[in-house]
Amino acid sequence: MEVVGQLQKQYVDFITSLFREAYLDDQYVQLQKLQDDSNPEFVVEVVSIFFEDSEKLLNDLASSLLVSISLFWVFILCLRPSLLLMVVLFFLLFLFQLYSQQQVVDFKKVDGYVHQFKGSSSSVGAQRVKNACVTLRNFCEEKNLDGCSRYLNLVKQEFYLVKNKLETLLRMEQQILQAGGTVPLLEQVPLLWKQ
Amino acid sequence: MGSDCSSIVAEELHVLAVDDSLVDRKVIERLLKISSCKVTAVESGRRALQYLGLDGEKSSVGFDELKVNLIMTDYSMPGMTGYELLKKIKSSSKLREVPVVVMSSENVLARINRCLEEGAEEFLVKPVKLSDVMRLRDIILQGDENDEKKGSGTGKRKLQDLSPTSSLVRDLTPLKSASAAAQQSCLKRPRL
Repeated sequence: MEVVGQLQKQYVDFITSLFREAYLDDQYVQLQKLQDDSNPEFVVEVVSIFFEDSEKLLNDLASSLLVSISLFWVFILCLRPSLLLMVVLFFLLFLFQLYSQQQVVDFKKVDGYVHQFKGSSSSVGAQRVKNACVTLRNFCEEKNLDGCSRYLNLVKQEFYLVKNKLETLLRMEQQILQAGGTVPLLEQVPLLWKQ
Repeated sequence: MGSDCSSIVAEELHVLAVDDSLVDRKVIERLLKISSCKVTAVESGRRALQYLGLDGEKSSVGFDELKVNLIMTDYSMPGMTGYELLKKIKSSSKLREVPVVVMSSENVLARINRCLEEGAEEFLVKPVKLSDVMRLRDIILQGDENDEKKGSGTGKRKLQDLSPTSSLVRDLTPLKSASAAAQQSCLKRPRL
């Protein structure tokens, strides 16, 4: 039983830190409350769907912000021109790309994807991802391509961070269950601390 | 005594949930199942209309078997929005009485007003909580009790005669209404 106690304490410390650092919010606890013996894998199922959904959304987002013109960069490099010529060509292409990307990106479509991502991250309690999505949407509304690109990277980063944390968390839950203990629900945490 | 109770109390509420997000469908399904509701979850307004038999095609199954007591729909969906679905349902003679609840992650007052004006029962801000669903269920059940009381004038109900004055009479003369009170308790009206 000592093992269980230790595992439980580690779990509580970990999940508390996730809350403190806003990786997760109260919605995650709400999901845990919906899990019971009749549906013991509920949280794992929802989180798995979230992971799958998100990877797809991130791909869709990346491709809708990407412009095929970047292939020209590769082409230029393959030509192996003189350094001066290369610099001039890069510069011209850079300007052209900047101009064309503004016209080519469908911000409404991007906004649609981000809205979906915001929704699903909110539904599992992934607070930092959700917040990043909110800012990303603002850039979409402003048609700010640079802002969009930057924040898409941030959204991606936050997603992979929370994915990692959630996988660790769920693994810890499994360990507790396998050791014969029960997973402490966050409301019970203050009691555990008192012990 | 049980057979006198509203038929909805004996059966489960059947809820049609409409949401394009798989994550949200999973969550709302669980929320509803925990609240003892039967759930059918579909991913678009189109599919919802198909299910409800409103898409103009003759369905082979009779409407009664698919009776839906509540429709919960997301607002922003590709294709047909929840608002458009709401309008279609409210303009159907067959289904306009079915309560429709709209859910949205965005707390936009204009949006809320628009939905309520179009006849939505309620507007829930996502993520939806268990307390929201249980509250809804109680509202729907209560609404159905009221309908039953108003509508079905069968002999069994004669002790509970439905005007407010008769309930006053019941309050004043408790001895007379022992069986009425028993019947009343099975309808779960807390104030009585």
